Amino acid sequence: MDFDHGRPIYLQIIDYIKKQIITRNLKIGDKVPSQRELAQQLKVNPNTVQRAYREMENMQLAETIRGQGTFIVKRGELLKELQGEMAGTLLKNFILEMQSLGYDDQEILGLVEKYQQDLKEEIK
Amino acid sequence: MIELKGVTKTFGSTIALDNVSINIPEGKIIGILGPNGSGKSTLLKMLVGLNKPNHGNIFINGQQIGVQTKSFISYLPEIDYLYPWMTIQQAADFVKSFYEDWDENKYKELVEFLELQPSMVIKKVSKGMRAKAKLLLSFSRNAKLILLDEPLSGIDILTRDKIIETIIRDYRAGDQSILITTHEVREVEGILDEVIFIRRGQIALEGNVEELRYQRQASLVEIMKEVYTHETI
Repeated sequence: MDFDHGRPIYLQIIDYIKKQIITRNLKIGDKVPSQRELAQQLKVNPNTVQRAYREMENMQLAETIRGQGTFIVKRGELLKELQGEMAGTLLKNFILEMQSLGYDDQEILGLVEKYQQDLKEEIK
Repeated sequence: MIELKGVTKTFGSTIALDNVSINIPEGKIIGILGPNGSGKSTLLKMLVGLNKPNHGNIFINGQQIGVQTKSFISYLPEIDYLYPWMTIQQAADFVKSFYEDWDENKYKELVEFLELQPSMVIKKVSKGMRAKAKLLLSFSRNAKLILLDEPLSGIDILTRDKIIETIIRDYRAGDQSILITTHEVREVEGILDEVIFIRRGQIALEGNVEELRYQRQASLVEIMKEVYTHETI
């Protein structure tokens, strides 16, 4: 994994775990790698991984069970929440960029529909 | 853990460190960054008593530099300090005889991980291999404080990766402290907790790396460029 060194690495580690959940590589209740394993795998400072894990516990994304390791919390709606969060970020950026290109709300909606159609036809 | 109070070090008319006061916390990986000649190595040498300050005091765990502090510090100098005629095993036995915290199991594991052979003669191996041998000897001790002076300089990229991996692999988080001097900032972006930028013998900037990234929306490399703009060293 390549980090953007202009952003705190612990935040990027949290995003990485979230993506693993969204892409179903990690499921609800799954054990996440130990801090040491992940530090070695991502080639980052173990203290940074520790901070990411502590933050994930505060966000109620993961929980640590003493002597067993850290697990993705068993919460049915977690996947939906994360999908919603990531979609929100994408949409917000998309709308801001479109506005900066000079499109108004109606035009943006129109273009989205048009491109949805185009994509469907491409797939056919 | 390390405390410098008004430390000044001069060599003739050159000022290497200029009235430096700093507190370096325990349990972290700390980068001492700066261009050549900024005073980085002098700082490390003073922590092991190889240079003495002209003014000011240095304390490690509240103690002055001496036999006691040396017993828990593992120092990797920039120069080739190993006897060239020794094999890696002989060099290891030599270091082992000085320090009680030598960990034979760790040594054996690291020999394998770093792809070294105990029978290799130091003068007959490449520069990259010698760099790995130095690292092997520094990390085979369970030292509380490890000082690495330019461990990456002049070394090929694959060996650099291996050195970074070794540091991550063997670092005892929270319990051990590592000070690294380097001008290869890009290589250490991911492994530093704290950073100290030295400029003309003074501290130009210090802080937690993640906080600095957050505040300045910039990488260490970019921050370093900012700190040393208009520099004429």
